[in-house]
Amino acid sequence: MKKLIVVFVLIGQSVFVHAQKYSLESSTVSFFSDGAIEDIAANNTKSVSIFNAATGEVAFSIPVKDFEFEKSLMKEHFNEKYLETEKFPKATFQGKLTGYQSTATGEQPAKAAGKMTIHGVTNEIEVSGTVEFVDGKVKVKSKFIVKLVDYKITIPQLLWQNIAEEIEVRNEFIYKAQ
Amino acid sequence: MNLYTKRNNMIKKFVVVLMGVALSIAAMAQDDLMKELEASQEPETTYIGQTFKGTRIVNGQSVETKAKGALEFIFSHRFGAINSGAYNLWGLDDAFVRLGLEYGLTDRLGVGGGRSSTDKTFDGFLRYKVARQSKGARNFPVTITAIGTTNIKTSPKAEDNPLLVFEDRVSYVAQVLIARKFTPNFSAQLTPIFVHRNTVEQSTENNDDYALGIGARYKITRSMALSGEYYYRLNPHENTPYYNSIGFGLDIETGGHVFQLLFTNSLGMNERAMVTETDGDFFAGDIHFGFNISRTFQIQKPK
Repeated sequence: MKKLIVVFVLIGQSVFVHAQKYSLESSTVSFFSDGAIEDIAANNTKSVSIFNAATGEVAFSIPVKDFEFEKSLMKEHFNEKYLETEKFPKATFQGKLTGYQSTATGEQPAKAAGKMTIHGVTNEIEVSGTVEFVDGKVKVKSKFIVKLVDYKITIPQLLWQNIAEEIEVRNEFIYKAQ
Repeated sequence: MNLYTKRNNMIKKFVVVLMGVALSIAAMAQDDLMKELEASQEPETTYIGQTFKGTRIVNGQSVETKAKGALEFIFSHRFGAINSGAYNLWGLDDAFVRLGLEYGLTDRLGVGGGRSSTDKTFDGFLRYKVARQSKGARNFPVTITAIGTTNIKTSPKAEDNPLLVFEDRVSYVAQVLIARKFTPNFSAQLTPIFVHRNTVEQSTENNDDYALGIGARYKITRSMALSGEYYYRLNPHENTPYYNSIGFGLDIETGGHVFQLLFTNSLGMNERAMVTETDGDFFAGDIHFGFNISRTFQIQKPK
């Protein structure tokens, strides 16, 4: 009986020990929409994220209101009309990175699969990117396309500026050991 | 024997508890990275913006300020009274305009001015957002903006009325705008306003007028909103020939433009004229059709 207890305690501890967790040192999430009249681009450096290199699990959360645009009116419309930021303040991703080895050096191709939530709508996605381990830090990069319709982001007909139905999103996260 | 069984049960219970703990730890590490992430974040303050679509609700000002570096050109237009009949094409033959500009010095401080064809009046104002509605770590129920305005009436011409000195043409307006966005679609505003005119017709007008404005907007789609506004004069002169100002509008937002189509009994497009010199009786049909069109330009790039 006592042995059994010891085993369980050890299991419990091993879970802690093996959790090789990283948190964000810096990040950039940007998107680009190729419009007929005006191109729209925005950057966000206020994301938070945790990455578990041992299991590949990753979670990140992007405060939508912190996307910065070239024009303040674009930012107002983005938050007020499209992303409804007061209702849905955060965009999140929770999933797993696969296809990399934490012992390898140099940029390695990797895949991320999981749940992406934008505008209160969750979709299962799979995107490709790269992972690089340097000096105890992890660089994770990806570039993918988000279709507005998948996240129920609609464009009012009255809007004269044409906004593309698909936007290109780029992420660059630099993680440091926690 | 009895005692032994008891101890054995306790150990069993202990094991079950430990198993539970170990499992829950394993589970947490596996799929609750998101919860862990959320727990690690400081509670944030969300500021509620875009209480109104534009810097005007109908005739009166709203709590909105222009963002830093943004320049708004606002073109306001009022036609004649609808009850002036078919001969006057229900007022469309007459036109009164105000051309205005407003610039955001900071996200909270703005400076603006304009010129109205009614009474050939120039106005200049400073607008400051004193407090912002917020929720989260810091909770504040309303947005408060203060506006101070000086108006200079240039009609009549000096040579036509040599008794008038410059001071006679000047009036001042001070107002505190208190607004709350109750839901993303519904916002309302209370506007205590004070108007001082240096020179008035003493038999029918006050030098100092106080009024309480109430305004609201309701968004019917993401780009369109209905709005309404009423300014109640608290101390009208007993012989006043004037009325309280009423206005209703439809706001349409299209990218950089805001169009406001409106119906009002006020012809004046500055606060002095609107609060103290509204000569139309709304309920007798002295209603003017009009619009405000605003276009925002980004002069200075946000940081």
